[in-house]
Amino acid sequence: MHHALHIKNGIVIDPKNGVKAEKMDIFVKNGKIVEESELKGEDVKVIDATNKLVVAGGVDMHAHIAGSKMNTGRTMRPEEMRVVRNIANKFRAAIGRVLLTSPAIGYEYTKMGYTSVFEAAQPPIGALHTHEELDAIPMLDKAALPVFGNWHFVLKYVAEKEMEKLKAFIAWAIERTKGFGVKVVNPGGVEAWMYGGNVSSLDDQVPGFNVTPREIILSLIQATEELKLNHSVHLHCNRLGVPGNYETTIESIRLASKFSNDARQVLHVTHVQFNSYAGDSWRTVASGAEEIAKTVNAMDNVTIDMGQPIFGHATAMTGDAPFQFTLHRLTGSRWSNKDSEVEGGAGIVPIAYLPKNPVHALQWAIGMELGLLTDSDKVVLTTDYPNGGPFTEYPYIMAMLMSRKMREGELEKVSPFVQKASNLPAIDVEKTLEEVIHMTRSLPARILGLPNKGHLGIGADADIAIYDLDPLNVDTSNDFEKIYKTFKTAVYTIKDGIIVAKDGNLVEEYWGKTYWVDATGRVDLEAIKADLEDYFRYYSVELQNYGVEESWLKKPERIVI
Amino acid sequence: MVENVICTFCGSVCDDGQFDIEQFKSKKLCKLGSSKFSKKERIKAPMIDGKEVSYEKAIEKAAEILVNAKKPLLYGWASTVNEAIRLGVILTEKVRGIYDQCASVCHAPGTLAVIEEGLPGGSLGAIKNRADVVIFWGANPMEAHPRHGMRYSISAKGLLIKDRKQRKVIVVDVRPTKTAKLADDFIQIKPGYDYPIISALRAIISGNADVVPDEVGGVSKEKLMELAETMKNAKYGAILYGLGVTQSRGRDRNIENAVKLIQLLNRTTRWVIWPMRGHYNVVGAGEVPAWEAGYQYAIDFSRGYPRFSPAEFSAVEVLKRKDCDAALIIASDPAAHFPKAAVKHLKDIPVIQIDPFPNMTTLLANVVIPSAVAGLEAEGTAYRMDGIPLRVKKVVDSEYWSDEQILEKLLEKVEEFKG
Repeated sequence: MHHALHIKNGIVIDPKNGVKAEKMDIFVKNGKIVEESELKGEDVKVIDATNKLVVAGGVDMHAHIAGSKMNTGRTMRPEEMRVVRNIANKFRAAIGRVLLTSPAIGYEYTKMGYTSVFEAAQPPIGALHTHEELDAIPMLDKAALPVFGNWHFVLKYVAEKEMEKLKAFIAWAIERTKGFGVKVVNPGGVEAWMYGGNVSSLDDQVPGFNVTPREIILSLIQATEELKLNHSVHLHCNRLGVPGNYETTIESIRLASKFSNDARQVLHVTHVQFNSYAGDSWRTVASGAEEIAKTVNAMDNVTIDMGQPIFGHATAMTGDAPFQFTLHRLTGSRWSNKDSEVEGGAGIVPIAYLPKNPVHALQWAIGMELGLLTDSDKVVLTTDYPNGGPFTEYPYIMAMLMSRKMREGELEKVSPFVQKASNLPAIDVEKTLEEVIHMTRSLPARILGLPNKGHLGIGADADIAIYDLDPLNVDTSNDFEKIYKTFKTAVYTIKDGIIVAKDGNLVEEYWGKTYWVDATGRVDLEAIKADLEDYFRYYSVELQNYGVEESWLKKPERIVI
Repeated sequence: MVENVICTFCGSVCDDGQFDIEQFKSKKLCKLGSSKFSKKERIKAPMIDGKEVSYEKAIEKAAEILVNAKKPLLYGWASTVNEAIRLGVILTEKVRGIYDQCASVCHAPGTLAVIEEGLPGGSLGAIKNRADVVIFWGANPMEAHPRHGMRYSISAKGLLIKDRKQRKVIVVDVRPTKTAKLADDFIQIKPGYDYPIISALRAIISGNADVVPDEVGGVSKEKLMELAETMKNAKYGAILYGLGVTQSRGRDRNIENAVKLIQLLNRTTRWVIWPMRGHYNVVGAGEVPAWEAGYQYAIDFSRGYPRFSPAEFSAVEVLKRKDCDAALIIASDPAAHFPKAAVKHLKDIPVIQIDPFPNMTTLLANVVIPSAVAGLEAEGTAYRMDGIPLRVKKVVDSEYWSDEQILEKLLEKVEEFKG
């Protein structure tokens, strides 16, 4: 099973290691990339990659692939399940249009050359469910980010300015949920939703607590930095989906200026497209993307991801429960809601992005603007799957970023509202292939704090994608159809040194790791013991039964910091 | 004494039980839970046609039956753990059979309503801490989920709702139940009138009280106006509904209508709605196939990919139509609960049963495989009625194989036979 591999004559793009389309050989042993000399005496399988592009496996740092809201989405939308992707035989049956079953998620990412995917919102009390679903996804490496921004413990410690306790609590919670980092969704707003409200600025008081969203974000960044977690705070901003919200987003981004970290950003702001609207109503709405891109470009400690909408079906599902109710009222569509204990909430609403709908077309344009105008070292390619659309359309976004000609063609198909409400038609930026590879591999790996991912240097995980594309002989501006087709299906996807897919066909069922971060050694858990015992009287489960043990996971990978 | 034992009887999945291993006796659990955690008559050994055999032999025979069947039905799952259910879904896929679970004869109309309108819900902890109004509709937790009221909904002490005095409890039902006796208000309705009453409430709350007649389903307009007022004035309200709503006239339409009522209420205040699920892991029996195969129940794999059609692939329909030629029944007792015509077909086809306890289905099963009791003799994951996952524990040792172990072996055998 674990062949040593010799990938011969490929043309390598490896942004992290400064390799710009160079003809090179790559060697793999025991799931790692190694020097050629290490393969002496090994049974080596040779892969001929002549004139083919060789890159690290894709890393998706923000997608919703597991957990109760994903599964509620499936339950609510049987119409999503009629697309048959794989018939049961050697591999599992796999179905789904945009909302895929767990086996289908693993298979489709793999066919595309992706090897790691992070679930971006895990309700803490539901952690075991999230992990059960992650464990049902074959092929990929995975992890999950528990949600902190409305958790009563957090609100209490922030209000009381108890930084040491907040740090201890975060370390405790991440260990208990086998999580990876600190996710924040509409801080304070979801707690306000418990009484039908929301917050409308960074300085609103959270009902029942003497805190504001601003204080929550600042305290969580400080705690995350002092704990030195692999990943920074991962923020879904307040006022998502509201015209005029770009100002709140910029204000939130600027909160990072108080902090610094040599290794990575101190704040990652996610699916920014949904938080980049100017204007003051859906009639006057316009793009605020340029201002946001300027703000991010001017700072050296913030990164973002696009949250690019894809025309067609999607399902909105976020921990931002009040937004989901607004969306339900706006579209008249089905609505599921999940208030969870004293931790937060979530909502699920079906949606379809229509090119002729002015707002949808604008959303599409804003996503592209963010991708084009933000430095390639600061913006990651995502659709916020399944909120913006299917991850299977990442190649569409890649091609669009690289080709103005393609964008011009697409602009002709969408509502003319885009022409006056966004700058997309005037943008002539064309990202290079190397930049796009960075935005889908090395950059997300760096943002997550995973030194062995997203590159092909010695010692890296042997997660490799080979595409039928000669980067030395391709005109990315004009050959956009080829780019799209190429990145849809990798010639080879190699996970931990094992060939898992070839030419769009699955080769071997493989189970990746689940990363989790253990920071409990950095804190004094005794400091919060009494608070935990006191607060758990308000839980519906016993403190002793709360959380997930490592032995319950299929292939856990503990990262001790 | 083992602390924090997790009870595997009803959908409340109480996790604060105690178990005295020496006396083999539970503490703190309700009568229903205690009986599950006491010594009961068990299926003694694996059997083929009434003859005791080894686990290996019984499993081999079961695999043979499943592999030789054109379209086997694999039914039950509500009283076992997710690990076993997952293997069951994969097994059904392998033998191209039909997966169905107990919800198809109880709460499945609620799932159909989710498809129509969604499910604006909240966890039991959210209700415990926040709800100042709780309505039990066609549900009688005092008898079906005896500790529900104390732990989560009636007298539960919350963070923001401190005690029973701060919470208004209303029961809507066709008869005065034990729960109704504890309520601040009991609204007795005529059987089958849930739908019109919900419609009347929607009309009143949306400002159209003038269209409501003087009496709806046995309830005076005045009373309905009062109930609507209470609902509108709640800070955080919850409707918890039971089989009285899902299995009476209107079925899924009742719940769909109730969800619309909740949608309306959320325009001015906060309300959630949630089903009172029965078996301790009937939620898992729907959630696991949803992520593995896209649907919660009534799933046919005969074409090699899952298809969902409740009127076609739910167990009762399949049996009545004689559209399966073998059955594996696990963690349930269809012979005692299904209509006569469905049970008749079960008698005519080879049946495999996996269960810790003998029941009516045992009497017609050709292969009987006894299993360990999850939560007492075996561990695994279960989802409480609100979808909160809990890992049930192994408290005592047992000679019996766990469901997970049995299904793992069975799957292995099936793969071997299929080559």
